Order: sequence, then structure tokens, then C-alpha cells
Amino acid sequence: MTAEHASKLHLTREHALKLLEKMILIRRFEERCAELYGAGKIRGFLHLYIGEEANAVGVIEALTPDDAIVATYREHGHALVRGIPITSVMAEMYGKAAGSSRGHGGSMHIFDAKTRFYGGNAIVGGGLPLAVGLALADKMQGLNRVTCCFFGEGAAAEGEFHESLNLAALWKLPVFFVCENNRYAMGTAIERSQSVTDMCVHARSYGIPAEAVDGMDVVAVEAAARRLAGEVRGGGGPRFLENKTYRFRAHSMFDPELYRPKSEVEEWKKRDPIVRLTDWLQRIGLAHEADIDAIDKTVKLEIDEAVAFAEAAPWEPVEDLARDVYTPRVNAERRP
Amino acid sequence: MTKVRKITYRDAVREALIEALERDPRVFLMGEDVGRYGGAYACSKGMLERFGEERIRDTPLSESGFVGAGIGAALGGMRPIVEVMTVNFSLLALDQIVNNAATLRHMSGGQFSVPIVIRMATGAGRQLAAQHSHSFECWYAHVPGIKVLAPATIADARGMLWPALLDPDPVIIFEHATLYNDEGEIAEEGDLSVDIERAATRRAGRDATVITYGGSVKKALAAAEMLADDGISCEVIDLRSLRPLDDETIIASVKRTHRAVIVDEGWRSGSLAAEISARITEQALYALDAPVARVCSVEVPIPYPRHLEIAATPQPESIAAAVKGVLRR
Repeated sequence: MTAEHASKLHLTREHALKLLEKMILIRRFEERCAELYGAGKIRGFLHLYIGEEANAVGVIEALTPDDAIVATYREHGHALVRGIPITSVMAEMYGKAAGSSRGHGGSMHIFDAKTRFYGGNAIVGGGLPLAVGLALADKMQGLNRVTCCFFGEGAAAEGEFHESLNLAALWKLPVFFVCENNRYAMGTAIERSQSVTDMCVHARSYGIPAEAVDGMDVVAVEAAARRLAGEVRGGGGPRFLENKTYRFRAHSMFDPELYRPKSEVEEWKKRDPIVRLTDWLQRIGLAHEADIDAIDKTVKLEIDEAVAFAEAAPWEPVEDLARDVYTPRVNAERRP
Repeated sequence: MTKVRKITYRDAVREALIEALERDPRVFLMGEDVGRYGGAYACSKGMLERFGEERIRDTPLSESGFVGAGIGAALGGMRPIVEVMTVNFSLLALDQIVNNAATLRHMSGGQFSVPIVIRMATGAGRQLAAQHSHSFECWYAHVPGIKVLAPATIADARGMLWPALLDPDPVIIFEHATLYNDEGEIAEEGDLSVDIERAATRRAGRDATVITYGGSVKKALAAAEMLADDGISCEVIDLRSLRPLDDETIIASVKRTHRAVIVDEGWRSGSLAAEISARITEQALYALDAPVARVCSVEVPIPYPRHLEIAATPQPESIAAAVKGVLRR
């Protein structure tokens, strides 16, 4: 947490507490999800973002409501920060019809047309061409919007990563590529899967200006994201941000974590983005114990409400199973 | 009487593309060599000069990337026509087509439609060997969420594109590579759009129904002509839409002729022919006077030499023989 980033952002008490609250909301939401998974309420794959919260919070802070987001299967945090109601995100985790995707997608496939949130994409690298296309549509329609595409360092080994970076650079499209480098593609360490481990080198090889940032420092992430997203918005073509981060939890609920030493996890936990921001704010007198308590209380209430909502929400009727495979023809002209 | 004119299948495709670009500013054409080169099969020749680089968009050789970008552009409000050079190359874009285009609507709870049209050449007959000659229509027709069309005539090549663009969901159009040079008659002017949901009876007959699509339609018609000389009256059904299949037209015909032969340039195992055969047995078993017969490609990678390529794929002779087989003649 550097004073330098803070001053660049004109970090006010109000803004700092907002960042903190969003990170705490993601953390507590996912801790509750893990419990609900244990209780059998949430099934399938559940990929927790715990430890990486600063990235979604810092980056999305730099976007406007008109911008689009394409995220991965580890996207609960992005969805919440984007402003998709926590009730519908939790109902989606349950698979209920009140979920953001009517329960059809679950944890990995949160979609929301209202906030231009295009998933929830669970094929590694598969979201990048979509982001390129969304940005192409904006450019062709003369819309000054940014498409922000999140992916992990594992995606950089996929052909779609390289095809997408090339296209975005070639056509100077307004894509903001955000690589959340948490060092492991499921259980394979970056050194064991990438010949070039510096993600920015890949981006620069396509002529895309790239920066790396400490992804455990929300203020630094926001500062970098504001700068780069601003350049994209200014018509500069694509930009690339590598967030050096770490997930504290297992890849999914099925992962026994045999591939990394516990000491490494402990070492990274010392850089916990929530603890870091809290300590720093208290040290410089921008926040007090009472502020943190108030945030904890608000967040707990929100999550309790979301769980109650999801519990009470109805299931999709089986008769509607095939309803959304094709668009009903009455709506043929009303395409989103 | 409507005035008619003669054009090639290639010209029909090009006219349809031009019409689409003129009618809707959201439409653009994207793919490998569609611009400067004029299209691998010359379908978009001259269009770059007419519509400019924004709307006739040459892409790098990155099928997954540009097909995915087309899907994203469709989500973003455009109406992309994406040309993939051949169905074999489209396998590099299968992820985007199957995992994204086909799933997004249902997986998002009905929030997003993907109004993209993907065109590609398919099939054998030009001695292009095993990486440019296959027929994977069936793979795409297997997938819910997309629609699959196979224009076999000049009128369909001209008239299917616009209704496909009006469809809010992803539509894949397969153009058989042996058809591009074929000539046929088409109305001089007016709305040339055709229905894209129903199969068409290309030849009426009493004794047997031959069900086929794409490049095999003209072969089936040639077979029917040969059989007529032997006093056999063949009905020929052109499926036109491979997903959804028009069961009604197929079953009604089979119930009339009591015999069915399915001609499919795909390999027999797990083929569209297998699916149609199953539907006939499910819906018209007791109307059949003989088991359903299939004429499919021999299960080998399509070879280069002319005689082997001919031997590997359905031909009028093999179709006629199969019809005689179900008639026990």
C-alpha cells in the first residue's frame, strides 16, 4: 500500500472504505458459499476468489456502467462488484429460477444483461474472442465503450489468447485485457506451463502496451486500471494489465492442494489485500475499529438476506427446461 | 409470368451477401481472404471495393479468434456473417461455436441471443484430399442452440441468407464446394427470400423416397432420372434445414411411398442418415415395406485420386442401386 498510489487516486476516506467494503463483501460471500457447499446447498464446481479480491474491486472501479465485462468461472467477486444484486447471484449459486441466469449456469456462469456482464465463461481462454467481438461491435457502431476481459495466466497458453490479442491489436479495438496471474493453472505452476512467465511480454509482442501491478494492493490495482482503461477509452487501442495475485483457497472444492507447499500459501496470506488495506487505513487514521465493525455488520446482513432469498426462491419448473435453447420468434426483432 | 435469369450458385451467394449488406448497416462479412482476395471460392469478389474494409473484413488465420469475435459482435448488436473457408477448418472454431454460440442463450437464462450467420464450404468432389473434403454437417446438427442450413439449389443459395440473418439465433450455412459453378434459373427481381424451416420435394414419385441434402441432391435427382428409365418413380426430398429437421415432410412422403433411402455424404456411423433413419422407424415403421437404406461416404479419410474420391462418396449409380435394393429389383 503506497502513499504514491493513494495520492494519485486522491483517495478519500469514503472511497477507501468503499473499496474495503467491496473486498470484504466478496470474502464473506465466498466463505458463506463454502459453508453452503458443505451443507449441500451449492453443488457442481465452486471456484473461490478468496485472496484475489483486490483485482475485481480495483479494476471494475475504473469502468463505467456502459462498459462490458467478460469474466471467467471464478467470477463471483466480479459479479458482485459490478452491481448484480447479491440476491440473484446467491440464487444462481443455488440454481434457483431467481438466479441471475435463471439458475441455468450456477457458480461458473453468472450473466447479467443489465450490467453488461457477459459471463461466467468456463472454457479457459474462450472469453477472450468474445471480448474482442464486443469491442469490435462498439467500434463499428461508434460507441465509446470499453470491454474489460478478465482471465488467468493459464489462458495465456491457449491459442485463443494469442489469436485475440493479435486481433485486438491489429484492429485497434477498445479491449482492456486483465490477466489475473495467481500463479497456478488449476494445479500447474506457471513455471511448469509457460516458456515465458512474464505475461506483459506476451502482450507487448503483439504491440499492446502492458503493465504489471501488485494484485494484492487494491489501491495500486485501481490506479493502474484507471490509467489503462482511460487509454483504451481515449481510442488508444487495447491495453493489458497483469495483476500478480494469489488464491488462498483450493482451485475448487475437489482440490486437495498437493501441488503447492503450505508455507507458500502462508507467505502470500501475509499480503492479504483486506488485512493490508485495513491496517494501512488504521495506521494513517483514515479508518477506525468502528468503521470496520460497521462494514462487517452491513455485509453480514446483506449475505444473510441473500441466503434467505435463495432458500425461499422457487426452482425453474421442469416444463421450462428447453425454453431458452432458441429465441422465441415473437421476440425475433427485439434482440439485446 | 415472372421473368427469370440464369446465374451460378457462386453469383447467388454473392448477390445474397450484397443484398444483406445493403439492407442492414449492422451486417458485415468477416473471414479469411474475403476481402482483397475476393473469397476462397470467389463469393465476395468485388465486395471490398463496394463496401470498404470495415464491412468486408479480412481476418488473420485464426478461426477460433474470428468466429469468437463474430459471436461477441453479435452479442454487441451487430449482424456478422462469418465465412470459414471449409468445414475442416471450422473444427478450429468448434469451441466458440459449440461452447459459446450454442450455449449462451440457455446458459444465461435467456438474456442473450447470438444473431450470427456462419457460412462454410463443405464436401468432397474437387480432389482436395482428406483435410479439405469432409462433411461435418452432422456434428453441428447435433448441437441444440444452433440452426443448420444446406442450400442445394441456386434459389436457396440466393434466398436463405437474409432469413438466416433475421433469425435471432446462430445459423450455420453449408455450401457444398461442388455447387459453386452450377447454373440455374432464378426470378429476375423481387423478394428472393425462401422459407428456411421446411424440406422441399424436388421430384415427386410413388415408389420410394430418397432423402438427402446439399451436394447430394443433384446426384439423387440424377439417380431418379436413371431409375425412371427402368419404370421406377422416385420422390426426392431436399432437407434444406439439417437442424431442426422437418420430420413432417419426410414422414408424409415415406408413408406414401413405403420405402426410404437416405443419401448423406457424411460417414455412416453416427450420421445424419442414422438420425433420419431412426426418426422414420420411430414414426413410420408400420408404413415401411422394406428396411430403410442408407448411402453414405465410405468410412475412410477422403482420398485425393479421382477414382477413389468417387468410390468413397455417394454417386447416382450407388443411389440408384440402393433404391432398387429397397424395391427388391
